[in-house]
Amino acid sequence: MPMLETTDLGERVASAPLVEIAGVRQVYHKGDNADLVVLDDVSLTIQQGEIVGLLGRSGSGKSTLLRIIAGLLQPTSGRVQWRGTPISGPCEGIAMVFQSFALFPWLTVLGNVELGLEALGIPASECRRRAIEAIDLIGLDGFESAYPKELSGGMRQRVGFARALVVHPRLMLMDEPFSALDVLTAETLRTDLIDLWSEGRLPIESILMVTHNIEEAVLLCDRILIFSSNPGRVASEVKVEIPHPRSRTDPVFRKLVDDIYGLMTQRPTTERVEKRTGGVVLGSGIGMALPRISTNRLSGLMEALASPPYDGSADLPDLAATLQMEVDDLFPIAEALQLLRFAEVAEGDVKLTPYGRRYVESSLDARKRLFADHLLAFVPLAGLIRRVLDERPSHRAPFRRFSEELEDHMSEERAEETMRAVISWGRYAELFGYDENTNELNLDNPA
Amino acid sequence: MRLHQPAFATIARRPYVANLWDVLTFGLLFAVLILLAHGGRETLAPLTSLDVSPVSLDPAMLPEYALRSTMRMLAAIVASIIFSLAYGALAAKSRRAEIVLIPLLDILQSVPVLGFLSFTVVAFMALFPGQVLGVELAAIFAIFTSQAWNMTFSFYQSLKTLPSDLDEASRSFRLSTWQRFWRLEVPFAMPGLVWNTMMSMSGGWFFVVASEAISVGNTTVALPGIGSYLALAIEKQSLAAVGWAVLAMLVVILLYDQLLFRPIVAWAEKFRVEQTAAATVPRSWFLDAVRRARLFRWCLSPFTAFLQGIPRTRLQLPAELPSGARAALSSAWADRAWLALVVAGAAYAVWLIVSFVMTGLPWSEWVRVFALGGLTLLRVTVLIALATLIWVPIGVWIGLRPQLAERVQPLAQFLAAFPANIVFPFAVVAIVKFDLNPDIWLSFLIILGTQWYILFNVIAGASAFPSDLKEAAATFRIRGWDWWRKVILPGIFPYYVTGAITASGGSWNASIVAEVATWGNTKLQAHGLGAYIAEATAAGDYPRIVLGIAAMSLFVVMLNRLLWRPLYALAASRLRLD
Repeated sequence: MPMLETTDLGERVASAPLVEIAGVRQVYHKGDNADLVVLDDVSLTIQQGEIVGLLGRSGSGKSTLLRIIAGLLQPTSGRVQWRGTPISGPCEGIAMVFQSFALFPWLTVLGNVELGLEALGIPASECRRRAIEAIDLIGLDGFESAYPKELSGGMRQRVGFARALVVHPRLMLMDEPFSALDVLTAETLRTDLIDLWSEGRLPIESILMVTHNIEEAVLLCDRILIFSSNPGRVASEVKVEIPHPRSRTDPVFRKLVDDIYGLMTQRPTTERVEKRTGGVVLGSGIGMALPRISTNRLSGLMEALASPPYDGSADLPDLAATLQMEVDDLFPIAEALQLLRFAEVAEGDVKLTPYGRRYVESSLDARKRLFADHLLAFVPLAGLIRRVLDERPSHRAPFRRFSEELEDHMSEERAEETMRAVISWGRYAELFGYDENTNELNLDNPA
Repeated sequence: MRLHQPAFATIARRPYVANLWDVLTFGLLFAVLILLAHGGRETLAPLTSLDVSPVSLDPAMLPEYALRSTMRMLAAIVASIIFSLAYGALAAKSRRAEIVLIPLLDILQSVPVLGFLSFTVVAFMALFPGQVLGVELAAIFAIFTSQAWNMTFSFYQSLKTLPSDLDEASRSFRLSTWQRFWRLEVPFAMPGLVWNTMMSMSGGWFFVVASEAISVGNTTVALPGIGSYLALAIEKQSLAAVGWAVLAMLVVILLYDQLLFRPIVAWAEKFRVEQTAAATVPRSWFLDAVRRARLFRWCLSPFTAFLQGIPRTRLQLPAELPSGARAALSSAWADRAWLALVVAGAAYAVWLIVSFVMTGLPWSEWVRVFALGGLTLLRVTVLIALATLIWVPIGVWIGLRPQLAERVQPLAQFLAAFPANIVFPFAVVAIVKFDLNPDIWLSFLIILGTQWYILFNVIAGASAFPSDLKEAAATFRIRGWDWWRKVILPGIFPYYVTGAITASGGSWNASIVAEVATWGNTKLQAHGLGAYIAEATAAGDYPRIVLGIAAMSLFVVMLNRLLWRPLYALAASRLRLD
């Protein structure tokens, strides 16, 4: 395979950081009074020659930060500099790889790779030469004239990499580049990427990647910034000093993964809970935002926890691996259980409470009763809905009655999601019903 | 290092040997070029040439007439595409343009096209006095107005729903506006645009026929074409000539479908955004032939290279407005000023229309027009209901039998494209002969051409009905009325609504042609708004034409807002099966 012309190595020595971000804040104005703070006071620098990972759960604003650096979004406030000059739009020297690949289905592999070069106004013959080089480098030779829909997911993402590399960017941004791929394909791509990187064959100086996969971050990155959610901010920074190629079974590697799990499940202090209204399950009173998680998943996780080998308590990374789930899927379920006092989450562990154990051991009807009791006791919104329905002579109340009240505390979308969540839980608990045609909550029980 | 051999290079290295496909495509290409040149020369002739060589009923002349009609159609469709791209892009990209352009488009969509004809003929004849070109342009414009609006809507809608990842990719790779338009926006809009162009074309033949023989007041012009041939046949009461016209039209539509639309649909397949390959891919023998014709492709290569170069160039406007001016332009005050301007413009337009109509017409005329509108509304509603009762069961029956549907579907689409006004004379002869009541029997002509939209949409819906639901219904032994009510009718509803909207819109337009019919000196007339407009047009009575068109637009807009939109919303939200 040919070598790509890399930018002069002497330049890498120059000490000015590629990206410098200070005090960046991103707020979405939703409705009248509820501002959604996505990023709060984020600062970071990216030096030449490093791979930096932004690790966090969905909603922690890490993708938003990536888009701010890409120049696709303007931050509400704060300083964002690219090689010493403020960023005001997509700038030269930055290229991006997308989670969904973002390939143009009407262009061939070659056409997609040439796209970025065309935008630079490079003549057609030069475009072709460089595109073919990049296609070779990334292992796509033979596929030049194929259309994206003919390719497998892994091959598509290779086109995504080739398209970003061909413009010889100084910084390559990657937005969860492997999360839409199956496990095996993702691993191959990661290995190929890190091999090319450590052999110095990538025409880039640094990589910034967003991920929610802890192992992936430890496998690839030199430095990991862990984001906390609602609002997103950098909670901690972890340096990975294991030389490439790294092995997942290496005890040092395992230890680091466990530590990061611990950091990500740290119990927030009470003072911060109060501040975090609008959080995923944190938040208080009526303003508590609920995740839309089916009761089947709640039951399923409790049952998995109750049965051997866990017998009521599990290490989250271990559980995630056994259930073949990503952190992003597992955390909200565990937290919903915590909210309902069926489980406790702390320091990377999840533990079933006596209630949780009783739930698992009960019959269907007893489960429903227990769930209803906990729902009324620990989810104020469910209590409010039930009270209002009981008080009204018709025993009906419009959806808007509650969603509007929620919108005083959170964005419109989140209010909608919270309502859907509470309706689904309320239906399961047989606390109240909902008529989709009239948009009314009611006490009708079709049984 | 391995020698690199990209796939595209292998094609280029083949020797340029002509093959059978070359002979075929070359033949077709040159035939089309010669015909275009011939037809084009005729349009530049002075107007008096139409009197020197008037339209004749000789069937031998029909191929030429068919060619002229086809060229009008082609010119109109090209104009429609250019208009759609420009108007749609402007509306989608400028917030201020959007608040004017989109409601305007909505109204234009509802205005009966044939009502326009009287105005446009006068306007275009004044632009090119004494030349055939003026009348040609008027006819082309009439066809254009029947096609452009839904294409424009489709393009605008596509621009508004660009996938966010492709949008971000094109921004982060810093494509210029021009590159973005050709690399992202147009390709993404292509499937919708092609489908709507097809629908437009099939509606367009109706207007080709209706707009060729135009008489406004004392001006009567007959452009050589199938429509004029038909008009003459009606005047001369020749059923045989009507038959020839029908035959010519059949051939023209068939050729159009095979040589133009099939290839385009097959080619546009690659623009679909779904990342998986479709199960059944539309094919076209003609496209295959062109793709296999090596020499032909080689000869065209400079041309294709030029076309491919268009999206490559950055073509960016270097001059940026100074930031002060830009800030002033994007301020809230500029918004308000713009809004005030729009409101003032609209008020002036309303005042203009009202004063124009008021000068010549008493109030009683307004009442009469709305009563006539009610009659036409009744006609359209009853006939759509009748067509529904007949075609929904038949469409379901066909759609559930895949092999049959495969054969019937092209036929139904073909019938929808076939201009029903060509076969009107047969119906009129029958009505005259049996002395039937025109108020009732002429009504059926309204639905004659548009009922097929209901049929082929229902067939499509029934074919797409998921087989697991069919099987579930069968295992639970749901039968009879229950099966219709709970299984199939909700399943095809979204498709039915799409078809019925098209049918209803087309029927209003058709009423202008269908409520008044002639056969030689016999004139049949039904009571209705369509007849009112047709009569006013024939008399050149402009205040009445304006009033009639305005009333009909109002009826169509109301019907859309109060009936079709809610049904469509219901179909989209509740009854979608994907």
